Amino acid sequence: MNFMASKQPENSLLGPESDSQRTLYPYVTGTSVVALKYKDGILMAADMGGSYGSTLRYKSVERMKPIGKHSLLGASGEISDFQEILRYLDELILYDNMWDDGNSLGPKEVHNYLTRVMYNRRNKFNPLWNSLVLGGVKNGQKYLGTVSMIGVNFEDNHVATGFGNHLARPILRQEWHENLSFEDGVRLLEKCMRVLLYRDRSAVNKLQIAKITEDGVTISQPYSLKTYWEFSAFENPAQGAIGSW
Amino acid sequence: MFRNQYDTDVTTWSPAGRLFQVEYAMEAVKQGSAAIGLRSKTHVVLGCVNKANSELSSHQKKIFKVDDHIGVAIAGLTADGRVLSRYMRNECINYSFTYDSPLPVGRLVVQLADKAQVCTQRSWKRPYGVGLLVAGLDESGAHLYYNCPSGNYFEYQAFAIGSRSQAAKTYLERRFESFRDTTRDDLVKDALMAIRETLQGETLKSSVCTVAVVGVGEPFHVLDQGTVQQMIDAFEIVAEQEGPAAEPDVDSGQEASAEPEPEQGAAAGEGVAPMDI
Repeated sequence: MNFMASKQPENSLLGPESDSQRTLYPYVTGTSVVALKYKDGILMAADMGGSYGSTLRYKSVERMKPIGKHSLLGASGEISDFQEILRYLDELILYDNMWDDGNSLGPKEVHNYLTRVMYNRRNKFNPLWNSLVLGGVKNGQKYLGTVSMIGVNFEDNHVATGFGNHLARPILRQEWHENLSFEDGVRLLEKCMRVLLYRDRSAVNKLQIAKITEDGVTISQPYSLKTYWEFSAFENPAQGAIGSW
Repeated sequence: MFRNQYDTDVTTWSPAGRLFQVEYAMEAVKQGSAAIGLRSKTHVVLGCVNKANSELSSHQKKIFKVDDHIGVAIAGLTADGRVLSRYMRNECINYSFTYDSPLPVGRLVVQLADKAQVCTQRSWKRPYGVGLLVAGLDESGAHLYYNCPSGNYFEYQAFAIGSRSQAAKTYLERRFESFRDTTRDDLVKDALMAIRETLQGETLKSSVCTVAVVGVGEPFHVLDQGTVQQMIDAFEIVAEQEGPAAEPDVDSGQEASAEPEPEQGAAAGEGVAPMDI
């Protein structure tokens, strides 16, 4: 032990004590976001839950927001980091508008910008603890991409975060096709969200569906999905079980 | 222009409201060898006259590729031009990396202009002594801009800068209305004709000029000497057949009307005091 080492106060930003300033684990989190391309643009769904660990604490959290004229951002993970990202994007869009020159950042540009931000934070070991879904339409071109907290990013016809990757994507792989109508798209998303509601313990039954087209963004009023718990297989689930589980 | 007691610092105004150092910088542009630019709806062509110091040396590089969709031709202090080209390339690369998208020309030009303006308002700096013709493509089509040492910039249908550029401007003024809808090859021919005007009698050959093109589906590139010489030969033959005063073939039927008044702000006259715009 080095008794001669200089002691620094706990809140200083020098040396190992500076770790208290880095993100170590998330506190208030949102669960899956699911999105798909349809005929006129992008449809995105997310529930309105903000979990505090295993407690389903906040039930009116809007996890999807419009960005500029052409994009829609959905986030899962740490809600405060999502709010920070919205502040970054607000500034980005503001400067873009201040040019006042007829050019505007489209969904591809915003997605790339977010990728750079997420990856750079990851490199500093201070990540924004989110998985983001960025969708939009510009000049008739539909765009749908995702970025994770470590900077993994890609585009696809349908994307999801968190549990959505395991429960929703397989459904989408089977049933998604080019040029879905609005109604079919919503039906497909609701099917995915229902499975998540049954099987993801952090899901709450209050969701919003957002659509973005060339004309702009619409985010629905919150609503709930009908669920059915009377399946006979669920009636006495422990009936044939062996052991104390 | 004559020396006076207000022309020592760029940060000194004259009683008439002029910054003489900035105007002297614009003189430097006029002394450089000519550069011209013209655009259609889908393409922009840049051309310049390349005068080597002697037969033994190579000529100065005056046209720079900034990105696949932007290029620049300079006139004046070519060293300043090189530095600004490097700045422009850097800006384009950074934007491309962050947004995976090409930097809109209009924005690059404003950044360049703001950079030039800084040098007109610091006592320890001097204005850049180079005029830049920036050619580029963005979502709204093909653009040609002229950036001044003063920090002003203007958009043009066609323009010429440097020594004997007035001759080229006269030619362009006569023909600019046809440029919008003309074909790419005709645009290059017009550029070569404009360059020939600045040579004032000297033979136009590909060794004295450089031509570059950028257009929809065509990234910015400098045409090689062989291609340029072929194009020159093609229209020189026609010109010989039709007589010296005639114009080359094709074009959208716009015969030279004797109206030298530029309507769209193209090619502002050189008699205007530089700061009046």
